[in-house]
Amino acid sequence: MSVPVEDGTGFGLDGRDAARFADILARYPTRRSALMPTLWLIQDRDGHISDAAVSWTAAQLELSEAKVREVVSFYAMYRDRPQARHVLQVCHNISCHIMGAQPLMIHLEGKLGIRRGEATPDGEFALEGVECLGACGMGPCLQLGRHLYEHLTPEKADALVDGLRRGDPPRPDTDRDLEE
Amino acid sequence: MNQDQYRILSKRFGRRDGHKLAAYEADGGYRALKRAVGELGAPAVREEVKASGLRGRGGAGFPAGVKWGFVPPGAETVYFMVNADESEPGTFKDRYLLDYDPHAVIEGSAISSFAVGAKLCVIYIRGEFGWLVDRVQKAVDEAYAAGYLGRGAFGGAYELEMIVHKGAGAYICGEETGLINSVTGLKGQPSIKPPFPAVSGFLGQPTIVNNVETVAAVPWILEHGAAAYRKFGTEKSPGTKLFSVSGPVRRPGVHEIPLGLPFREFFTDWLGGMADGEELKAVIMGGSSVPVLTAAEAMETALDYESLAAAGTMLGSGGMIIIPQRCDMVELIQVLMHFYWDESCGQCTPCREGTGWLHKIVKRLRRGEGAPEDLALLERVCDGMAGLTICPLADAAVMPMRSFLQRFRPEFEALAAGRRATEPDSRWAREIRS
Repeated sequence: MSVPVEDGTGFGLDGRDAARFADILARYPTRRSALMPTLWLIQDRDGHISDAAVSWTAAQLELSEAKVREVVSFYAMYRDRPQARHVLQVCHNISCHIMGAQPLMIHLEGKLGIRRGEATPDGEFALEGVECLGACGMGPCLQLGRHLYEHLTPEKADALVDGLRRGDPPRPDTDRDLEE
Repeated sequence: MNQDQYRILSKRFGRRDGHKLAAYEADGGYRALKRAVGELGAPAVREEVKASGLRGRGGAGFPAGVKWGFVPPGAETVYFMVNADESEPGTFKDRYLLDYDPHAVIEGSAISSFAVGAKLCVIYIRGEFGWLVDRVQKAVDEAYAAGYLGRGAFGGAYELEMIVHKGAGAYICGEETGLINSVTGLKGQPSIKPPFPAVSGFLGQPTIVNNVETVAAVPWILEHGAAAYRKFGTEKSPGTKLFSVSGPVRRPGVHEIPLGLPFREFFTDWLGGMADGEELKAVIMGGSSVPVLTAAEAMETALDYESLAAAGTMLGSGGMIIIPQRCDMVELIQVLMHFYWDESCGQCTPCREGTGWLHKIVKRLRRGEGAPEDLALLERVCDGMAGLTICPLADAAVMPMRSFLQRFRPEFEALAAGRRATEPDSRWAREIRS
């Protein structure tokens, strides 16, 4: 795979990620249209999109840095700085609200000793209120990584946090591969 | 009533292996695509779908076959996009299709792409459905390996490329021009219409955007024929529809019903009524953006496009939110106005400023800082937003705001007169400090 993988800042993709980037470029019809999947590739590896990653992406896709940065800042899921290890995103929209999202959020704030929008000092947990996650009939729910935790109760939320602290593999409700 | 007789879209829901190619093919999957390419040809496919009366299931309800017909004849490059950005609060039906029946979505997308002459199909899945992006990508890989997609498919007769595109958290990308701009690599801000995407969309070429549920119905329609599809539903609202139901009912979740079903029957037989100790107060029929109905109004209407319009609301996405008696309607509208303010893309002033003001005014009412004239002010802000923006997000905020205010006015009036609502935020603040 002859992909230029590094720029002057030392940022680059290698191995499997470089191959994936080449695949994205091959499948999307223009370089600009490859922007969102490229940003996902970077964030999935690094946890966020750094300034160096923005410069690298701009150079690779022949865009100005401003055009990359405006996309990073427009979309809620792209992060431009390092995140806590576990970011708990509690849905606070209408269906989950009716089913008890607010008491759940209050409970998690107490459990973690932080407010929504904050992270624990050890960088292990962050707590966020987010808009509808598409689990309205299974609320209240929260998102962690690529999965959702549904029908949450204070007990279930405690078990999740305690398990993550112990390093247990989490068992999300949307991971149907667990059933197979 | 046997509810299983209406399963067109939901027949593999809950099945463990339903998402796998082998199970889908064993059910007769991909036969419709083979027939479309091998026997029917694109014009006949378009005709059949048009005759079925299938309407767009994303919210607008526009007939799919008619939309396809807007692609200029002889257009060389056409794109097809599947809107799986499902972000309308209360809506989680497409998620079931992507999870349990990804091959029906892929086959329907391929047939639809064929019908409009597209060589590239993009399935745009909201970023929060990370696990579904993986699931659909796996199914797309299976379809490529089986020779349904890609170079050499159907002996070279129809070679469709399919991309699974992951969004990144923006409600506005569910609007079709916002979605197209997002795939282009831009902020997901909508474009002014006309030109409509069917004439000038992705990269300036004709582009058709259809909802997941719309395309998922297409294989069944080709297999069984438009007349069979029209046996379900009403004259003007043919077929079945997925309703995703949330709130304290006995059986929340995704239910497939024939359009035209009376709400009362759906509520009693499908949903099993309210959960223990709950009483029905209000219903949002089709996602958070449609006007709310009181329990009494809901009980008198039926679930199809025309009946709901006559009742003063819309079928929308079919995201039904059941509101129990214990809920404070002003608190709920604050939750919704926060959402629209948060999700406004910011390019049109009436929406950017209006959503923020609606949220601020409702919030100050709940804090006990409101004034009696605030109710008229809310209405004036709504008047300054509706129909005055590039896309319908402003209207999507105005419809719940106006209808909550109109149908539950005494709750707003009590706050405007100086009563203070219980403010949950102060509770957590105290807990944190102690």
